[in-house]
Amino acid sequence: MTENTIVWEVFIQSKNGLAHKHVGNVHASDKVMALENARELYTRRNEGSCIWVVKAEYIVSSESEDSEAFFDPSNDKIYRHPTFYTMPEGSKHI
Amino acid sequence: MKEELFQQKIDKEQKIEPKDWMPQDYRKHLIRQISQHAHSEIIGMQPEGNWITRAPSLRAKMILLAKVQDEAGHGLYLYSACETLGISRQELVQQLHDGKAKYSSIFNYPTLSWADMGAVGWLVDGAAIVNQVSLQRTSYGPYARGMVKICKEESFHQRQGYEIMAEMAKGTKEQKEMAQDALNRFWWPSIMMFGPQDSNSPRTGNAMKWKIKRQTNDELRQSFIDKTVGQAEIIGLTIPDSELKWNEKTGHYDFGEMDWDEFWNVVNGNGPCNHQRLVHHQKAHTEGEWVREAAKAYAKKQELVTQ
Repeated sequence: MTENTIVWEVFIQSKNGLAHKHVGNVHASDKVMALENARELYTRRNEGSCIWVVKAEYIVSSESEDSEAFFDPSNDKIYRHPTFYTMPEGSKHI
Repeated sequence: MKEELFQQKIDKEQKIEPKDWMPQDYRKHLIRQISQHAHSEIIGMQPEGNWITRAPSLRAKMILLAKVQDEAGHGLYLYSACETLGISRQELVQQLHDGKAKYSSIFNYPTLSWADMGAVGWLVDGAAIVNQVSLQRTSYGPYARGMVKICKEESFHQRQGYEIMAEMAKGTKEQKEMAQDALNRFWWPSIMMFGPQDSNSPRTGNAMKWKIKRQTNDELRQSFIDKTVGQAEIIGLTIPDSELKWNEKTGHYDFGEMDWDEFWNVVNGNGPCNHQRLVHHQKAHTEGEWVREAAKAYAKKQELVTQ
């Protein structure tokens, strides 16, 4: 039996002006086949105007066990949010 | 400790994602359930594919082609979800071929007439939808997301089946008989798609606690029956169950006893088409080997060209 083909993650832009969004993956041996498979699998009902395929092995992900240490530092910087600041009474459009 | 945190997450309706810690049995249960679900979609293409060349009109043929293509797509969504649990697609297919992984027994019944395309869409997809709507809330993220996509596509399947049944039921005497005959043959196998009764379903316990399943077999079955009875009445067909009647007190339909000997007989490989379905899949897979080889050789050549 042939070994497994390459896994490609699929991102679809549903219409111009919007960001590409991850929708799933496909198996394919090369990039053209990956695009064609993605088209066939994820956009049979007009779901997209553009497709990206990326080899899954090239995606670097943070680890869920480390997520606390990784994301914690943002908690103590509340001054990054607009609600942190006191505005003079009666001030508008700010 | 880890297991407690895991359960707390589940209890708070948080999803479990591929990289999160999970108990071995949770992983095992999911691989079994998702792969069975994926194989069902793929094997399920056969009984319908059987009628593509003989569809009674171009409209019917285009619809059936689109539907069978959707089933292939659903199989692929599910294989992808299953692979996130650390099993390869190759292993999954191998398990199917070795008989270690199962698929829904409903596909081991033959599709004898065009009316069966109606019955399959209306009842088999109808039952699958009830199950899949419930599974949109399953605790494993990739499975839940797959279900959301599948449910969006699936409702056309049920409607096209019901339309076939409705048309045949108001057609000639022979056509109505065909529709009734299809309902007679597919009714019981369809309501048995939800699996054994809760009192006889040993795996339900953990699956409910871990929120892999959100409703029990009996709850899902009841919900399907309650929805379907009225649909049969509207098109003038009779559900083949003499004990079927509305129960004021429970607010549900009471129904007759299912033939569990037949159910287990088909599950254990002795249904009318078990052998045929599996052999066909093995054959298609083996005969496609050269295509996979060629695609790989081509990819390799492209790499050399670009280097």
